[in-house]
Amino acid sequence: MTQNNRLSGGQIDRNTTVNFRFDNRNYTAHPGDTLASALLANDVRLIGRSFKYHRPRGLLTAGSEEPNGIVELRSGNRQEPNTRATTTEMFDGLEAQSQNRWPSLKFDALGVNDLFSNFLSAGFYYKTFMWPTAFWEKVYEPIIRRAAGLGSLSMEADPDEYDKGFRHCDLLIIGAGPSGLMAALTAGRAGADVILADEDFRFGGRLNSETFSVGDQSANDWAAQAVAELSSMPNVRLMARTTVIGAFDHGIYGAVERTGDHVATLPAGKPRQILWRIYTKKALLCAGSTERPIAFENNDRPGIMMASALRTYANRFAATASQRVAIFTNNDDGHRTAADLHAKGVHICAVIDVRKDAPVNYDYEVLSGAQVVNTKGRLGLTFVEVALPDGSTRTLECGALGVSGGWNPNVHLTCHQRGRPVWNDDLAAFVPGSNLPVGLSVAGAANGLMSTYGALQSGAEGAAAALELKDVRPDLPEAEDTPIAQKPFWYVEGCKRAWLDQQNDVTVKDVKLSYQEGFRSVEHLKRYTTLGMATDQGKTSNISALAIMAEVAGKTIPETGTTIFRPPYTPVPISTFAGRMKGQEFHPTRLTPSHYWAKERGAVFVEVGNWLRAQWFPLPGETHWRESVDREVRQTRASVGVCDCTTLGKIDVQGADAADFLNRVYANGFAKLAVRKTRYGLMLREDGMVMDDGTAARLAEDHFVVTTTTANAVNVYRHMEFVRQCLFPDMDVQLISTTESWAQYAVAGPNSRKLLQKIVDPEFDISNDAFPFMGCGNITVCGGLRARLFRISFSGELAFEIAVPSRYGDALMRRLMADGEDFDVVPYGTEALGVMRIEKGHAAGNELNGTTTALNLGLGKMVSKKKDSIGSTLSEREALVEPDVLRLVGIKPVSPEEKVTAGGHLMNTAGPVDAAHDQGYVTSAAYSPILNSNIGLGLLKDGANRMGEKMRLVSPLTDLTVEVEIVSAHFVDPEGERLRA
Amino acid sequence: MIINHPLLGPRDSSEFTYLGDATLINRPDWQAEDAAEAFYEYGYVRDNPAGKHQELWFHEAGDRSWLVVTRDTTTHEISKVELARDVARARGRSK
Repeated sequence: MTQNNRLSGGQIDRNTTVNFRFDNRNYTAHPGDTLASALLANDVRLIGRSFKYHRPRGLLTAGSEEPNGIVELRSGNRQEPNTRATTTEMFDGLEAQSQNRWPSLKFDALGVNDLFSNFLSAGFYYKTFMWPTAFWEKVYEPIIRRAAGLGSLSMEADPDEYDKGFRHCDLLIIGAGPSGLMAALTAGRAGADVILADEDFRFGGRLNSETFSVGDQSANDWAAQAVAELSSMPNVRLMARTTVIGAFDHGIYGAVERTGDHVATLPAGKPRQILWRIYTKKALLCAGSTERPIAFENNDRPGIMMASALRTYANRFAATASQRVAIFTNNDDGHRTAADLHAKGVHICAVIDVRKDAPVNYDYEVLSGAQVVNTKGRLGLTFVEVALPDGSTRTLECGALGVSGGWNPNVHLTCHQRGRPVWNDDLAAFVPGSNLPVGLSVAGAANGLMSTYGALQSGAEGAAAALELKDVRPDLPEAEDTPIAQKPFWYVEGCKRAWLDQQNDVTVKDVKLSYQEGFRSVEHLKRYTTLGMATDQGKTSNISALAIMAEVAGKTIPETGTTIFRPPYTPVPISTFAGRMKGQEFHPTRLTPSHYWAKERGAVFVEVGNWLRAQWFPLPGETHWRESVDREVRQTRASVGVCDCTTLGKIDVQGADAADFLNRVYANGFAKLAVRKTRYGLMLREDGMVMDDGTAARLAEDHFVVTTTTANAVNVYRHMEFVRQCLFPDMDVQLISTTESWAQYAVAGPNSRKLLQKIVDPEFDISNDAFPFMGCGNITVCGGLRARLFRISFSGELAFEIAVPSRYGDALMRRLMADGEDFDVVPYGTEALGVMRIEKGHAAGNELNGTTTALNLGLGKMVSKKKDSIGSTLSEREALVEPDVLRLVGIKPVSPEEKVTAGGHLMNTAGPVDAAHDQGYVTSAAYSPILNSNIGLGLLKDGANRMGEKMRLVSPLTDLTVEVEIVSAHFVDPEGERLRA
Repeated sequence: MIINHPLLGPRDSSEFTYLGDATLINRPDWQAEDAAEAFYEYGYVRDNPAGKHQELWFHEAGDRSWLVVTRDTTTHEISKVELARDVARARGRSK
């Protein structure tokens, strides 16, 4: 197809022709085009279908405020819905599809919605789909979702990389139009660290769209020269294709850089987009302004566009929507578009100016005091109907109509910290208020300075003020300095369907209707009509809607108020927020020193927090995990097993007051713990609930090693630092986490001592007399390697935990396996560990669930009343010490093969099964290969006094009822003889 | 947000974890007559000011200092950052 609507000039590279596809048809374009300008050049006006009524729509704007020209980019797993054709940079091989049409853009079956528009007015969801309730989820919602669709998802994982980064600067300049460029030149020449960011791929802003001159150059040449000078400054960083999406606390800005959206194939390893966090000392908003439309009957046909957009397409992109153009305006800026298009050889049918004193022109007709009252053209504009001041109407034949209702400063970022813009009567627009984000100031059109010279001057002054530069008087070039007077003209009276928010299909009538129905606040108006709630966030519609609301309410616009602008300024793909945090990289993975050994052994791993722990070690021939786990338990209890417990939190506590400190953080006493002894420690929260448990080993008078559960390692350390720094600041005690410094292994079973004796250096006696239960000490192993040995047991067997510096963990594990062959040693994972601790009746994470007290867990006597410790006072609250509080019990099914289900509830054998009769619940369950029975631990009301009682274990959700018996939680070796062997 | 650490200078708030009201430093005397009531108030009763608020932040991804940060809850303006240990001592806490 040829580019019929291509004009002369423009900032495109005509020497290169690129190919692109839209809706499966091939077209050509030039580098420097956007998808939107290329489509116009190819005489394509129809781009999409509207959200609700499926009305044919084309482009409205030439920038990121675009409500209509929304397309799907790329295909397959790279397909991206809801992107704006107006900001999509052209490249060879670009692929795009229109959205929200079926079966085709030209014939859309759901176009019938338009005929039923009377039923689809403001609030139609709330009014229509109310009854019956059950219909909402099953009938209405799926239909609405399909009909009112935006783009579609590929339903495949996005294969591209996205990244995040951090940058710092003295001055962030947001927008590289005349004010932004002049600000950057001023700041850059003064030597400041400057970042200049613009969402466009070409710097210059409106300078690229205008025909007037700056100094003795054309506007866009001046911009190009400014960019060249800035590029040569090492202290200035230019970030093109970068949208500053939000102003956050303390001078931090979010920005999205589209690093890979303008190339056909991403270079290997390069991200598609980068989310930047920019730390600024000062920031200057030079975001320019956005032209606002006038609403009139059928003002949404393809070909009806903003007048400034027509000018941008003609001057910058050398493209026009049609060879016959009319302009509808209430201000002088609309005439500028007519003059520029006329100069490019486009036929101007007429300029329709609502003002009676419109400026005259001898090149084309100007209709003063006239208004557009209707338009025609099913898939694109063909005729415009104009009401003349004498009451007659006239029909103009044209393919495009440029509309100009004045300009709104882009104040969005000034509102991100809840600042409110203020109404300026001269401009008939909102300008930034005084309550700006810290460090932010505003220059140029964004601050209501609408002339080019005003922008240049305020940019220079804004940069100088922000950086407190003295005596800086930049040489400002001469430029257009037309005073701006805007008299508002929001809509043409008497319209049936005049569109305000074209992306969400909201009309002038909808706004009036919502007011009539009682929605008086702008926030309610917004939500009831959905105005401004589409992906364009109402950039071209909010102010007009507000003005109409003010009018029907008989109030002024400032009295009516505005809705608040929130980040992001333009839509950001979720992938960009995720960055590299996806799949395996969602969080860091921590591996223990013997991880690769476990992997060699074929271990199955489980995620515990960020750690990977071996869950069990299947042997060839084992087909079910239970076979492996049962074997690991049996072999450990029969001889010896080794388990990696490196992941337990380890905290080194040192200082003259170390014992005293532990006395405060643990509920039980530590002051009298002898050196070379270990004690179980129970830690409460200040509210009296159990926080964590572990052991504290006293290696010296002033040196303890504390362990925590794997899950709570971070929280416990934080808590202990809180107690040390905030509660007892003068205690002589220091803490450091040594979790990753030591590799630690549990060696458990009747042969554990014999195995350890093979590796512990002979000068260390670890016999029962010399190293009794709960003993600990510094030793050496394997001929001089420093190690720590603790005689503690989680399994209930004779057991030790041995720790060596992390780098020896792998070697120690291999040595234990080799030396243990004589004893048929078995490595065991977290499942066998869990089975053995349930058999022994030890509480663990399932029981320390944040709602249990020491009393609940059968450890009430541990809470010392002779000293001050965290949580001891509140643990005595009445409700926590009532006689029938939950107590930890063992649970055994009457038929051993019946399953005990964790989470199941305990009910009396007779009586109703409901919450009112609940007696308790199961916290942990396992199959015990030692007892040949399923078993469980649970919390039961008054459980200590209910041994031997038969109960029902129920799970109403899964229809489960099992008869169980309440037994002691200590299923194995209740007297603890094995521990002490 | 940026927290101006008294020892380390300005640091991003993402390096910190938040605990809450700095009245948590004022732990009651366990032996006082009204200890139960005092601990209940200490644990559960807090002001929720719209404006200046002293709160505890932990520099978890940094030097592990607990800080008392004075922050305006309506603007996030931070007017003061102190080591919690110094604040605790000033409030009479010792061992």
